[in-house]
Amino acid sequence: MSLVVYLILVPLPAALLMLLIKNNTLRNIVVVATVAAVGTLAVLLTAGSFQQEPQYYLVSSAEVNILLFAIEILLTLYVIGVSVRGRKYLIAALSLVQAAALSWYELSGHHLTESLSHHFFVDRLSMIMVLIVAFVGGLIAVYAMSYMKHFHEHHKDVQDRRGMFFSVIFVFFSAMFGIVLSNDLVWIFLFWEITTVCSYLLIGYTKTKEAKRNAFTALLYNTIGGVFFAAGIIFFGMLLHVTELNDILKSDNGLLVIPALLISVAALTKSAQLPFSKWLLGAMVAPTPTSALLHSSTMVKAGVYIMLRVAPLLSGNMAGYFIVLVGGVTFLAASVMAISQNDAKKVLAYSTIANLGLIISCAGIGTYESLWAAVFLIIFHAVSKSLMFLTVGSVEGLMGSRDIEDMHGLIIKLPQMAILMTVGIAGMFLAPFGMLISKWAAMKAFLDSKNMIMLLLLVFGSAATLFYWTKWLGKIVAIRHLSERLDKKAPKCEMTAMVSLAIITVAACLLFPVVSQYMVEPLLTRMFGAAQTVISEGNQHIMLLLLGMILLLPVGLSLTRGSRLTTAYMGGINSGDNRHFTGAGGDMKRMYLANWYMERYFGEKKLFTAASLLATALLVFALIYLIGSTI
Amino acid sequence: MNWLFALIYVLSAPFLGGLIAGIDLKITARMQGRQGPPIVQPFYDVIKLLHKEVSVVNRAEMFLVVMFLLFMIATGVIFFSGGDLLLVIFALTLASIFLLTASYSTNSPYSNLGADRELLAMMAYEPMVLFTAMGFYMASKTFSVSGICASSLPAIVYLPGIFVGFVFILAFKFRKSPFDLSASHHAHQELVSGLNTEFSGPTLAIVEITHWYENVMLLGLVYLFFAWNSSVSPFLGLAACLLVYFLEILMDNSFARVRWKWALKTVWILTATVGFLNLVILSLIL
Repeated sequence: MSLVVYLILVPLPAALLMLLIKNNTLRNIVVVATVAAVGTLAVLLTAGSFQQEPQYYLVSSAEVNILLFAIEILLTLYVIGVSVRGRKYLIAALSLVQAAALSWYELSGHHLTESLSHHFFVDRLSMIMVLIVAFVGGLIAVYAMSYMKHFHEHHKDVQDRRGMFFSVIFVFFSAMFGIVLSNDLVWIFLFWEITTVCSYLLIGYTKTKEAKRNAFTALLYNTIGGVFFAAGIIFFGMLLHVTELNDILKSDNGLLVIPALLISVAALTKSAQLPFSKWLLGAMVAPTPTSALLHSSTMVKAGVYIMLRVAPLLSGNMAGYFIVLVGGVTFLAASVMAISQNDAKKVLAYSTIANLGLIISCAGIGTYESLWAAVFLIIFHAVSKSLMFLTVGSVEGLMGSRDIEDMHGLIIKLPQMAILMTVGIAGMFLAPFGMLISKWAAMKAFLDSKNMIMLLLLVFGSAATLFYWTKWLGKIVAIRHLSERLDKKAPKCEMTAMVSLAIITVAACLLFPVVSQYMVEPLLTRMFGAAQTVISEGNQHIMLLLLGMILLLPVGLSLTRGSRLTTAYMGGINSGDNRHFTGAGGDMKRMYLANWYMERYFGEKKLFTAASLLATALLVFALIYLIGSTI
Repeated sequence: MNWLFALIYVLSAPFLGGLIAGIDLKITARMQGRQGPPIVQPFYDVIKLLHKEVSVVNRAEMFLVVMFLLFMIATGVIFFSGGDLLLVIFALTLASIFLLTASYSTNSPYSNLGADRELLAMMAYEPMVLFTAMGFYMASKTFSVSGICASSLPAIVYLPGIFVGFVFILAFKFRKSPFDLSASHHAHQELVSGLNTEFSGPTLAIVEITHWYENVMLLGLVYLFFAWNSSVSPFLGLAACLLVYFLEILMDNSFARVRWKWALKTVWILTATVGFLNLVILSLIL
């Protein structure tokens, strides 16, 4: 069997083991061993397919197909079971519809399994995705070992189901590998459904009322996406005789746009774009490792992955342009709404939604530059965002709050966490770090394709992005007088994961020219025929120089010892400790510096519904346009 | 890449910037019917500040301000060596973030408020700044400053709307009314010295010098609108710089400071209409 199959199968017995083992130490050993195994397999797979890609694999398949079909039926029965028990009949109905349609499609012989030439294929894009899932996902799993231990020490009311937790995480990995490596559309769909169920289980982990409700929201939105996905596959297979992902670009039938659009709507739901964003915002009730996983390396990235695959069919088409705009509107609206949030996890959630919007837009435009930007956005976002989630999780563990207001003066209280968080924040928006490089490319791509509306959405969204990250940064760097360093440290596993991700965040900026040359450019050259320069060598060098200057930061900090310290100016009424001042009545008042949220202007209440309606309208236009143009 | 220009910038910008500040003080005084200080007054001020004892609220402040200076110089070097315009903007943002971080780190109420307002100003003008770079790209087919200088027509021909918008947001950058929200040159404002409240002595001197570097670089951007492959270009460009700066002083003395909501709204609307329409028309004709 090939490495591809190992990569998908190895996490599964490990997951079963984790479910069965009751002893936490023993389970942790299995977790670490599996993470190491999966990481090694991912590297081997990349190295093995590096010289010659794409590589194809065929599994002699009659039994495998029956097995997968059985899994699909079981999965559907499970979804219907839980949703009927939770009285969510809509989910049950939708699940039934998609399963029935797909079963009929498979059993009626339209899914020409026998003529299928390859079940799996590995190209540069799958390699990048595999590495992200294996490494970022793996580090999050390592982090979760100690996080979940402390989580249960603090939340005695939550039933300890860690076995199930880790087991689901590894099934999740397996399904992600399945999505990014499969060539058979029906297989991709099956893995896609597995991630939906996994996210349902992970979000509902604590079994509180809110968790259950939000888990069902996630299930509902993703099942809606599933229906679109199934419709797309059936359309591909029955009318166009396309059953392989690899083949969708080989045909030049004008009707291909229709299934491509259906599948991209499924991608929008999975990537939590407006109007389907609610489920990802609700997902933050889950323990932090779950959020980190859903937001960075798995789940939402499955959506943009599939979008990248079908995007070439949409580019240049009016319907595709509407999808591009959905991404753009989502980018702007989510960036602006992030300003009004003080819950750190919610800011991160909006930031994820925004950045995925940008990825969707870049994918939808489908030029060399825009796809380059999309791939780098995926890479940099996975790394920086997971780092941000993990630091927020650890800070919450140490201080008991994830409110950005409570992070005031974090640099004194928890200096290590503050530095890690600063790296994460810089990685999300600041030159010369990764996300900015991708945004730069995106900007050039929109300019070169003369996509003026996207430029408008991009510049305002970027301005809002600058605002919400910098004010968060301002909060953590505040040096409060008389503040003491907390006598607490994040547990070893957590530190290992966070420090590794911080190093990867910085290293990714140093190495992006290499990644571009060996991973992204070959991928795009195969699609477009010729390589293009997105960011010139001269500019790469200047970026590296800027990065070098920033890395000198800790050295410089030691230079300013010995200067005289004074108290802050408070109009002459500083009571001497920098924390209080004399009020108008002569009494001592505590000084409190709050962040700026502008709730009345950029609040969710004001914007969310309007932006969702706009995105819905764009989707409806896309469908109407397609129907109109094909009839 | 023209490293000679970059070297000239690094060496002369503080003098040029200080001189501009001195002339600014003089003209402002005359507009207000005062005699005004000598033109070299800003240099006296900065030299005096440099001789004072370093007195800070925390140990990081000075260092962050020095980073602000270094990254500002780097920004100018990228610009004057003929580098990439977008890179200039990103480096400028990075430099400004260091100043904001220094201000936030002091944990002082006035500084904090000033930093918040400066950040708001950045959010207000960032779209217009990005549009400016995009406008140059559409007009000259390149982001490279040296490439733009070598075009066959000055960018202003294609970018009148962008130019108006850019001059408008320069008021934020030069800290001129009506947009001097974060820190003002005038003594009559309620925020003490806003962003700069906790900077004193040498720290304040460095902030001032950095602003001189910044202002020269910004005037360089104004010049760029009038740069083309012609011997008239330098004269026209310099004249434009002088005129624009005079206009900023005039605005400073004619308008009262506006509230942040008004500032944000006006600038965003201007960007999305005049600036954006200019780009749309360019995309249609070029």
